[in-house]
Amino acid sequence: MLKQMEGSQAVAEAIALCRPEVICAYPISPQTHIVEGLGEMVKGGELPECEFINVESEFAAMSVAIGSSAAGARTYTATAAQGLLFMVEAVYNASGLGLPIVMTVANRAIGAPINIWNDHSDSISQRDSGWIQLFAETNQEAVDLHIQAFKLAEELSLPVMVCMDGFILTHAYERVDIPSKEQVDAFLPKYEPRQVLDPNDPVSIGAMVGPEAFTEVRYLEHQKQMQALELIPEIAAEFKAGFQRDSGGLVRGYCLEDADTVVVAMGSVLGTIKDTIDEMRDAGVKIGVLGVISFRPFPLEAVRAALKNAKRVVVVEKTFAVGIGGILATDIRTAMDGIAIRDYTVVAGLGGRPITRKSLREVFNKATFDELPALTFLDLDWAIVNKQLARERAKRRSGPTAENILRDVGDHVAQHS
Amino acid sequence: MSFQPVKFYQTGTFTVGNRLLEPDQRSVQANMERTNSLNSGHRACQGCGEALGARYAIDAAMHATNNQLIAANATGCLEVFSTPYPETSWQVPWIHSLFGNAAAVATGIAAAIKVKRLKGETKEDVRVVAQGGDGGTTDIGFGCLSGMFERNDDVLYICYDNGGYMNTGVQRSSATPPAARTATTMPVGAEPGNPFGQGKFVPSIAMAHEIPYVATATVADLRDLEHKVKKAMTFRGARYIHILVPCPLGWGSPSGDTIKLSRLAKETGLFPVFEAQYGEITGSAKIREPLPVEEYLRPQKRYAHLFGKKPAYETIVRLQALADRNIRRYSLLDKEAN
Amino acid sequence: MNKPFAITLDPGSSLANHTGSWRTERPVYVDRLPPCNNQCPAGEDIQGWLFHAESGNYEAAWRHLTTHNPFPAIMGRVCYHTCEGACNRGKLDAAVGINSVERFLGDEAIKQKWQFDRPAAESGKHVLVIGAGPSGMSAAYHLRRLGHQVTVVEAGPLVGGMMRYGIPKYRLPREVLDAEMQRIVNMGVRVVLDTKIENVLDTMKEGSYDAAFLAVGAHIGKRTAISDGEGPRVFDAISVLRGLENGEKIPLGRRIAVYGGGNTAIDVARTVRRLGAEPIIIYRRTQDKMPAHAFEIEEALQEGVTIKCLSTIKQTDPKGIVIEKVQADSRGSLHPTGEYETLEVDSVVLALGQNVDLGALKGVPDIELNDGVVKVDANMMTGHAGLFAGGDMVPTDRNVTVAVGHGKKAARNIDAWLRGTTYAAPEKHQIATFERLNTWYYSDAPKTVRPMLDVIRRQSTFDEVQGGLDETNALFEARRCLSCGNCFECDNCYGVCPDNAVIKLGPGKRFQFNYDYCKGCGLCVAECPCGAINMVPENI
Repeated sequence: MLKQMEGSQAVAEAIALCRPEVICAYPISPQTHIVEGLGEMVKGGELPECEFINVESEFAAMSVAIGSSAAGARTYTATAAQGLLFMVEAVYNASGLGLPIVMTVANRAIGAPINIWNDHSDSISQRDSGWIQLFAETNQEAVDLHIQAFKLAEELSLPVMVCMDGFILTHAYERVDIPSKEQVDAFLPKYEPRQVLDPNDPVSIGAMVGPEAFTEVRYLEHQKQMQALELIPEIAAEFKAGFQRDSGGLVRGYCLEDADTVVVAMGSVLGTIKDTIDEMRDAGVKIGVLGVISFRPFPLEAVRAALKNAKRVVVVEKTFAVGIGGILATDIRTAMDGIAIRDYTVVAGLGGRPITRKSLREVFNKATFDELPALTFLDLDWAIVNKQLARERAKRRSGPTAENILRDVGDHVAQHS
Repeated sequence: MSFQPVKFYQTGTFTVGNRLLEPDQRSVQANMERTNSLNSGHRACQGCGEALGARYAIDAAMHATNNQLIAANATGCLEVFSTPYPETSWQVPWIHSLFGNAAAVATGIAAAIKVKRLKGETKEDVRVVAQGGDGGTTDIGFGCLSGMFERNDDVLYICYDNGGYMNTGVQRSSATPPAARTATTMPVGAEPGNPFGQGKFVPSIAMAHEIPYVATATVADLRDLEHKVKKAMTFRGARYIHILVPCPLGWGSPSGDTIKLSRLAKETGLFPVFEAQYGEITGSAKIREPLPVEEYLRPQKRYAHLFGKKPAYETIVRLQALADRNIRRYSLLDKEAN
Repeated sequence: MNKPFAITLDPGSSLANHTGSWRTERPVYVDRLPPCNNQCPAGEDIQGWLFHAESGNYEAAWRHLTTHNPFPAIMGRVCYHTCEGACNRGKLDAAVGINSVERFLGDEAIKQKWQFDRPAAESGKHVLVIGAGPSGMSAAYHLRRLGHQVTVVEAGPLVGGMMRYGIPKYRLPREVLDAEMQRIVNMGVRVVLDTKIENVLDTMKEGSYDAAFLAVGAHIGKRTAISDGEGPRVFDAISVLRGLENGEKIPLGRRIAVYGGGNTAIDVARTVRRLGAEPIIIYRRTQDKMPAHAFEIEEALQEGVTIKCLSTIKQTDPKGIVIEKVQADSRGSLHPTGEYETLEVDSVVLALGQNVDLGALKGVPDIELNDGVVKVDANMMTGHAGLFAGGDMVPTDRNVTVAVGHGKKAARNIDAWLRGTTYAAPEKHQIATFERLNTWYYSDAPKTVRPMLDVIRRQSTFDEVQGGLDETNALFEARRCLSCGNCFECDNCYGVCPDNAVIKLGPGKRFQFNYDYCKGCGLCVAECPCGAINMVPENI
């Protein structure tokens, strides 16, 4: 059913359609509207067979989720940024124990400096946590990925993180096709846990494992994600059959057939990139884009296949590894091992900075002439950076960086108004 | 205290069993068919109070729930010695997640059970216990514990208090008693051992949440302990039992003294044994043979610095004052009081 | 379920880990000898029968008791229960009232008409027992249990010996005595009364006896020359008691001096008091030195008996007796003072001890005498093979309980001798000392006091002075037993083991250690209330 609605509300409705049994969450922007919506549904009786638990922290949220999932309940939670970091110990534990929890990460920057706006530094920090990470491009895809996520998680007995850009998606009103109960019920079977806490068949879950078996446990976790590489496209195909929509899968290309330059990105920025590509195509530039939906497991083969005919690749990513550069870019390079393709990393949209077509077109154009530096920070204000660097060189106690920059930005605005 | 010991003159109800009692009055531990929830073969130290307390408590809970019980366990000695791959000692469905989240994991389990029952997927009234040591309860797990309490989740949390981080090599916790030596409160400097004026008594904090039931117990009085676990199981909502469990390793006591020291902790008044409902004390276990705190302190090497060539009289007096305060506060000598 | 590898494990699988290998010491169950048992002259397993009594199974308790001593109703009245002096509970609050429970069991047995089993098989041997006192009847009982044919020959008209003729009926009602004697007769023991054996060897030959047990007691009152024929008449205590028991009229008069400080003196004084006389006990030492039991002295005084200490009777004179005062020095030695007084009395009863009538042994070779009694070896056998002796006629403390013990011991040795072997008593366990108990576990419970007959009735009747316990009291008292050194199945070891390494075998079967898992922590030893577990080093 087509509706014009906020992304968070759409996700909440999608989760509700999946018949969750336990939902626990701690509020953090920009995740709040999702769990508020669900909380109301549970309290209002729309979700009568579900427990909604207002926990005291994200650490507790993931811990409650671990308990309920281990006891055989379909379990959902959502968080973002600092909240994700606060639950990290439990995040790793959930995957280590193989519990099929589904969690929305409303992507937001990690502080300090504290910042509530979107980038991918939160999810990407959990790259190695053992969770499957799926990135939604649109609110429609966010809705669809959540439905697929439960199926994937429960099939593999692994937790799945559905990542959607904070504010950009979560707070955006768009037209969304909300599936019917019947459609979802037909697609998503009842949760059959792989292991469950049951007094009639007791087991001990969470044993201490020493050097004699730890590698094997870890390998098996890896093996499950390798299985996910097979399963994700299958589920997407099944989804398409049931819902008549392309959603999910490992990667999705756009204008790749003859592209010399391929942009790679994740999440909502793909929309802006596609618009930019359309403009450049109109100008005769052979450029395309590859959206990565499944960041973990990382689809090395699919990426390699998509890029094999390109001359260069530009990775646009909303986070970076301080001290080295691109994170997604590193994975892309791994996929291109042995293929002679030039690669560029563009770090963009940190802490919610708008990514404009103009700026993108500028860097993409440079890339097509191979004039782009290996690592570019999109729209970086060098004047501010240089000023602060000079300040620090001049005075050891030059004051806090963020506050200095804010002051500089203020001066800059005053001068130009 | 509401618990009425059976009037019986040979050994009364002090012993674990009593062949002369009616079967329904006998302790769970005396039963040949007891669950042994924590099975033989675990790797606890000799004379481990926690291993004993855990079997006492979980067996009693199993008995009270007709074996419909799930346990969540914090990281710590109990977890490490009971479940090293490839063997587990637990005979109950059991999960270990993290050091600081046992209460929250239990909340999740309880929520799942509630939904399963609501949906008619299970008929059984499965109950949940969470358990941890004092570190996992009073320190790192305290946030989750308080959250579980204030939401009044249907969980019985059991803290096995041995007064320190014994698993990591006897460091101080917020339950380490004053003057006690630990690896991080060595008996050196101006105030040897753990400082006075620090630490917290979680049973009181639990009471401040006004949860249905809070109790303390020791491994020296099995019947009292079993009574409290069973009673806890008659309530819905959050419940807390804090059990003193001596640690021969951390306390520097002979392995055979574990129960004796528990008894002395209670008899000297240093560890008050009481119960409370909805934030109010409803009874305390009376001291049977009042004893000075020295009787409890002296057998433990963690207090050896108090009894050197120059005994630390002042410190002993301060500890006695703590015991006296407990005696007053919990009416431990007043046989007329609750 | 298809469990995830390594992180999810099957329940209870740690049984594969045998932690018993950690052990450097191992606990072992032991039985220690309770001090009461150790003390009992009759060798009763007091803790053992109290164990049954505690659960209210009085018949089992009685049967267990009577494997050692067939006379609980008598014992419960006349035994001086030195067991209670040894009782560890005495260090806790007050000793267990063993004697009163024993009496309750004995009375219960009479009330319920419980009988002893006849032996399962007859040995074909025939033993002669001479004397139907406590020692003889005890021997007869034990010999009969062992399958031997027994004939008891008694000189007097009734069985009981000193129990009948030495102990007044206010202490031992005759129907109680008769009941316990008859029960032995009912086992098939033949009793021949009013028959004095002139020569034991002849009798044995005539009757084709295979062995004999002599237990003729000490019935001849010792005398001292104080009378020159004038003044009050002089009797010996044992004759007085026997005469009164047989209903004879003895011209004792009203004022009676009883000379001596032993239990027999007290018995005579209390008996004649009940007949309306005014007895005065004359004793040469201080009252605290009197060999009679303190409670008997106390009861005698309550009943109006006068005791005159530090006095000796020099002689009778026409008015009464002449008494010389005696002085005791700081070391307790007595010195005559030369100060005399005359006491007006109608008669004097000498209670100065008894001698043994050794007539039956006249001419028997290899019999060795010592101070008027017969010497026996460690097996109760006299110098003459096949001839055993016990009770008051051998060197010993003269009391009923000792005599009963002799009967048992003699029976066991006679039995062995008849089989051509030697009786070897099982080795005694170590004593269960108070220090080995963990007394925390015992409830506080003071001793139950037995009711006493009102003093007015005691002065005028032969009603039993000390009452018995009713069932509730007896049960209470039995349950005060600490079961020193012997498992009473309190389940403490089973409960306190952190490793579940104690196996409970079920009611009456006690426990077993599972050394596969026992780490040797010693908690079971420390928390065993009765000290029935030992720690012993492992051989590593």
